This record gives sequence, C-alpha cells and structure tokens, in this order.
Amino acid sequence: MTGVKLSNIRKSYARNEVLHGIDLEIELGEFVVFVGPSGCGKSTLLRMIAGLESISDGEMYIEGALVNHIPASMRGTAMVFQTYALYPHMTVYDNMAFAMRIAKESKEVIDEKVHQAAELLQLTEYLGRLPKALSGGQRQRVAIGRAIVRSPKVFLFDEPLSNLDAALRVQTRIEIANLKENMPGTTMIYVTHDQVEAMTLADRIVVLSAGKVEQFGSPLELYTNPANLFVARFIGSPAMNILPVVLEQSGPHSLIRFTSGKTLSVPVASELMEEGAELQLGIRSEDLLLSDKLNALLSGEVQFVESLGEMTLIHVKCKESDSIIVAKLVGIIELHKGQTVHLSLMADKVHLFNTEGHSLRYLDQQSCDAGQQAEQPDLVTDNV
Amino acid sequence: MVTVTKPLSSTDSPYQSRGLLSTLRRSPLTLLTHLSVIVIVVMWTLPTAGLLISSLRDKEQLAVSGWWTSLSPSTQRLMVRSVPPDAQLEEGGRYVLRGKVSDDQALQVLAFGWSSREPAAYAVGDVAQMRKGQTLSISSNGEYELSSPEPFSGARGKRLFYTAKIPPRFGLDNYREVLTTGGIGQSFINSLTVTIPATVIPILIAAFAAYALSWMAMPGRGLLIALIVGLLVVPLQMSLIPLLRMYNQIGSTFGVDAKSYLGIWLAHTGFGLPLAIYLLRNYIANLPKEIIESARVDGANDFEIFTRIILPLSFPALASFAIFQFLWVWNDLLVATVFLGTGEQQMVLTARLREMLGSYGGNWEVLTASAFVSMAVPLLVFFSLQRYLVRGLLSGSVK
Repeated sequence: MTGVKLSNIRKSYARNEVLHGIDLEIELGEFVVFVGPSGCGKSTLLRMIAGLESISDGEMYIEGALVNHIPASMRGTAMVFQTYALYPHMTVYDNMAFAMRIAKESKEVIDEKVHQAAELLQLTEYLGRLPKALSGGQRQRVAIGRAIVRSPKVFLFDEPLSNLDAALRVQTRIEIANLKENMPGTTMIYVTHDQVEAMTLADRIVVLSAGKVEQFGSPLELYTNPANLFVARFIGSPAMNILPVVLEQSGPHSLIRFTSGKTLSVPVASELMEEGAELQLGIRSEDLLLSDKLNALLSGEVQFVESLGEMTLIHVKCKESDSIIVAKLVGIIELHKGQTVHLSLMADKVHLFNTEGHSLRYLDQQSCDAGQQAEQPDLVTDNV
Repeated sequence: MVTVTKPLSSTDSPYQSRGLLSTLRRSPLTLLTHLSVIVIVVMWTLPTAGLLISSLRDKEQLAVSGWWTSLSPSTQRLMVRSVPPDAQLEEGGRYVLRGKVSDDQALQVLAFGWSSREPAAYAVGDVAQMRKGQTLSISSNGEYELSSPEPFSGARGKRLFYTAKIPPRFGLDNYREVLTTGGIGQSFINSLTVTIPATVIPILIAAFAAYALSWMAMPGRGLLIALIVGLLVVPLQMSLIPLLRMYNQIGSTFGVDAKSYLGIWLAHTGFGLPLAIYLLRNYIANLPKEIIESARVDGANDFEIFTRIILPLSFPALASFAIFQFLWVWNDLLVATVFLGTGEQQMVLTARLREMLGSYGGNWEVLTASAFVSMAVPLLVFFSLQRYLVRGLLSGSVK
C-alpha cells in the first residue's frame, strides 16, 4: 500500500508554473526526504501534501484516498514548521493538546497522549511553560510533540533543523531518527537543503530541481549511481568532478579519450552511442589517486590544500578540465600550492553523462529494469 | 605596582568627564526627546492637576484665588452681620453686642471696618469710632464687640467688614453636590449606557471582518479593503443628517423611537468600524502565517482559528482600539446631540456639561467637579488597558 501517491502534480501561480508534473509513490511508513536547491519547489510540494497550497493539476492520494479537495484540517497530516509555529499564548501542554481538543477527544485521552509524547521527547518538566520560556531545541521538540500526539497518517517536516545551532541540529536529528523507529507505520516526508540530514535520515531521497524530480532513490543509490549531472553534482561533498571527454569506442565497455589525448577503458555500456560523441566524465573526489607521471591520466598545478587530518583535499587546476578538480586523499599528504601533481582515477567508479546530462550507466540499468517489468505487465496494472 | 596604578587613577577622571561630555555631544536628539517629553507631560498634567485641585477646594476660596495658591492660606474680604439688636446687653451705661464673625476656629482676622467704603480701615486691636459715639473692635480670633451709648435699634444686625486669613480647605463637598443635585449622576449612567455597547459592538464585528480580510481567500478582497480605507475619510458631519433620516424611516417601519439608545449604538458602530477594521486587519495580517497554518493542519476550521488563536493573540490590538473608541464615544457631543433626546434619561455627560456651562457659568466648583467626573472614566480605561499596548505577546512563538 502506498502512503502518499502523487500523479502528475502541477502547481502554478498565475501563469507561472513552478511544479511541472511530479510523480511519486511513497510507501507506507517510509521516510522520504525532499532535497534540492532553494526555489526548486520542495517546500511547495510539501505544503501541497499538507493541504496548505491548492493543487493546480494532477491527483494526490493519501493511503489510497484522493485528497485533492480535502482541506488541510481533514487530511490527517501533521506538520512541523521551520519556525516551530507554536501557539505563543498557550503552555506546552495546551500546545500539544490543541489538535485533540479541536477533535473533541476526552480529557483522559488527551492527558495520556500528551504525557506519553512529553516523556518520549523529555518535555515532561516543561509542560506548564509558555513557548517563550523555552530554548530553540525545546521549542522544536514541542512542535514535534504536537505532531506526534495526533497519530497522523503522514508526518511532514519543513526544514525543522535549520533554525538550530550545529550541536542541537545533530542531537535533534538523532531524535528524529529515533522517532522514525518508534512510529514505523507513519509515513514521513522531510524537506531539507542539507545533504547530511537527507543522507542520514532518509529511506529514500527525492532530488528536485526547478519543479521536476531529478531522481528518486535510496541515499547510496543516489551517491553511487546518479541519474544525471544535476544529481551527481548535488549529492556528495565536495561535489563530483566533471571533465569533458570524447567517446573513442562504444560497446559494453567504453573507451574514452581525454582532451590531453590519453585514453581509458571504463566499465560503462555505451552501445547506442555514436563513436566520437562528446561526453562528460564524472568522478568523485575520493576516487582520484595520486600517481606517477607515466601512469597519470590527469596532471596539473595544486591551487589549494585543505588538510583535515584524516584526509587532505587538494584543488588542482588540470589541463584536462576548465574547472578545478578536487581530490580527497586519505591521511596527511605533504603538498603545497604551485606544486605539480599527477592523478589517476578508478575506472570502475567513473560516471559518463551524455550531452543531455543523463548518466549512461543509469540509462542502461533503467532499460534493463524496463525489460524485466515488460515481462510482467499484469502485475503493474494490479498495483495501480 | 604603586607607580603604575597611580598615573592610571589620575587619568581616570579626565576619561570620565570626557565620557560625560561625549554623552552630551552624542545625543542632542536624545536631549530633545527628553525635553519634549517633559514639555508634553507638563502640558498634560498641569491643567489636569489644576482641575482636580480646584474641584476639591472650598467654593468660596475657589472663587477668589487660583488653584496654585490653594496650599497657602487665602486672604479674603468678607462681610457679616452682627447679632441682631434683640441680643444687646447693657454694661456700665453702654449697650453692647458681642459675637464672633465666623465659627471657623482657624480663621485669623487681619483688619476690619464698619463701612463698605473702607472695609479694612482699622487694624486688629484698634477701636473704631463710628457715628453717634458707637465703637467697634474685632480681635484676631474673630470676636467682636459693638458698643453704643444709645440702645441699638432695628431688626437686623450691623454690617461688619473684615479681612481675614483663612487656611486652605479641601473636601468632597463639590462632588457630593454635583452628583446628587446637578443631574451628573444620571448623565454618567447615560454615558456609560451609550459608550459600553458602542465600544463592544464594533470590536466584535471588526475582529471577524479583519480575520476574513487577512486570512480567508475570496474574490474582491482587495477591493473591499480599499473601500473600507476609503470610508475612513468620510466626514462625520456630512453623513449625520442622511443617517438620521434613514434611521428614522427604517425605525418607523419597525416602530422604534426616533431618538433611542439603539440609534446611537448603531451610529457609533458605523462611524467606528472603518478604523477598527483597518487597525485590526493590519495587526492580524501580520501575525505569523505559520501559526495559522499550523492550526489549520491541526484540524481547526476558520472559526476555531479565530476564537482560539487570533483573538487571544490580537488582544493588544483589540485593547488599543477599545481605548480609542471608548474615548471617542465618551467625549462625543455631536452624535449624541443628533441621535439622543435632551430628557433626563438620555442626556449624556458632555451634553450635561454644556448645559451646566449655561446655567452654572459662574460656579466654578460645580464645573470643575463635573468636568473631573467626566474625565475619571476615560482615565481609568486608559490606565487599566495601556499595558496591553506595550506588551509583546508574540515573543517566543517564532524565532
């Protein structure tokens, strides 16, 4: 059963379309994170699920029921806002009890649930306080508690940690992770622009850009097999290095030629590509290695060194690329600015992107999956 | 160590004086602010204090000297008639009339006379020689003695003029008089009857309207707001007569009197609503959006959001409008003149004051006391609600 299903969801303000047909199927009890740069529409999408924004086009289902025209108050969602949005004139207890009082629950039930949630979030001793007498972390916990007590179908978080300082952020992130384990049946959707939050919390991540879903998959899947250049650059820090290359020979293994003339055979299928096509090579900084001049694929001058102890980041201006290449080397490496370094790369970690920015490896896998699914067409229609 | 600390301490004082100078130099604006605050406070407090003190003074003292002299004894020229000739005694061949010019123990006579042309011709202790061998003496405590070789005749006592120093006297007599006899008491109740509903009704309507105009999407909302802002500038005087005619026509079909409290409530509500909606909408529209959305996600409908979230949070705005509207209605004379009658049961305080200015124009004690009665309620309302004007109720809701 799906927790939340979006089919071709669109959102326009006046004539300005900001979401261009979003299709998502979020499983029941799944923790899904929406990430993307600011302005990509991730918060808008979350607010549409909450019912705070109208749906311009498309259909939205929560636990199988169409909710397009169901108002926010009837959707059974709970939302934690970035600014906490506590009711300033009510005590912590009243804040948490508010929704249940609106729903006309009995006093005993309210009391029990509020105390349960307060215990879970270590808020019991603050129940009588007003929000203004709480610290930022405590306020955010009250906001979470207010959502928990409603036992919602879908739990929505809108950048809940961005108003907290670094230490509190880590702590609250762990609390949210615990919460996820305590509420296995509740679908959770979390919006953030922080990769670390996304990678550590999510079962699956939705990467959004300019109102479109770029990729939807588990955190490691996004990291190891990005669907396109955008995801490749967005996920991971430092960002993936991109170099222009030419396809020398296509096939199950592709032979590529760097601008320096050196060639490399990589285990990426490129059967459908024409030889001589221009490609972009993507390689993560930790997949670059120091090498000698003879075996090197890339060489250039060190521009900047970041020594972090357990690793050293070197920024290299290479002849093979317009942009700076960043290599993440394990341990402490004695290098300084202006020095020439030679780098090689792990061929099996290389990603190739075509001129539209799509990953060849990802496309290859998709066509394999499509082939498998095509053999069982009945099952697909049953699911819908 | 000692040599180090000594020069330091000697340089301390120039630093301090420079600090003081720089505060003075840095803040001519602050100085100006403080000065103007002082001027405003004096301008407001002084007349009020004068009014209060005057209203508490004895009416005779009030008539002869200003309120700023009220704490020092006043010197008054007074006239009194002696005891009538029936009470005369014969002592050693002369006829004597004895008495006291006043019962006031604290009174101190300074001078006296027997003719209205020279009321202070003799100092205390002198013996005034009057016509026909009569003599008069008044001691400083006010005891007088008139003596005459012939028996006193006539029915009334002699006129005695004296100048006396009278200690200040304060009391609530003026208030007692005003509240019991002047009709101020009834007018006070009438004013309250007008003011309280004329304050509560517009606030109720305006709060609902302000919520709808800020948080409920509807077609033509912007136009409606513009219309309300436009109504702010409609002059009251222009609309009074058409309004009264309309009210009377509609009232006559329902059998309502032309001049009634209902009419003035509606009129004040109408005149107060544009400002009320405008003020409250500005406040309510600026409440954090997340709080309202949060309540909506929590399952509250618009009415519940309004009563449980908006109303408590807008209390400062409601209170400040309540002060405005209360003061305006309480001090209003024009609308009351048009919409209410002049009978005892309908005359409001302002109308009563105007009427008293005509009939008691010279009686300062009545005017000051009744003016202060009419001021008391607005002052009370202001001081009891003003803390809501400054209280930051929103602190802590959002970061």
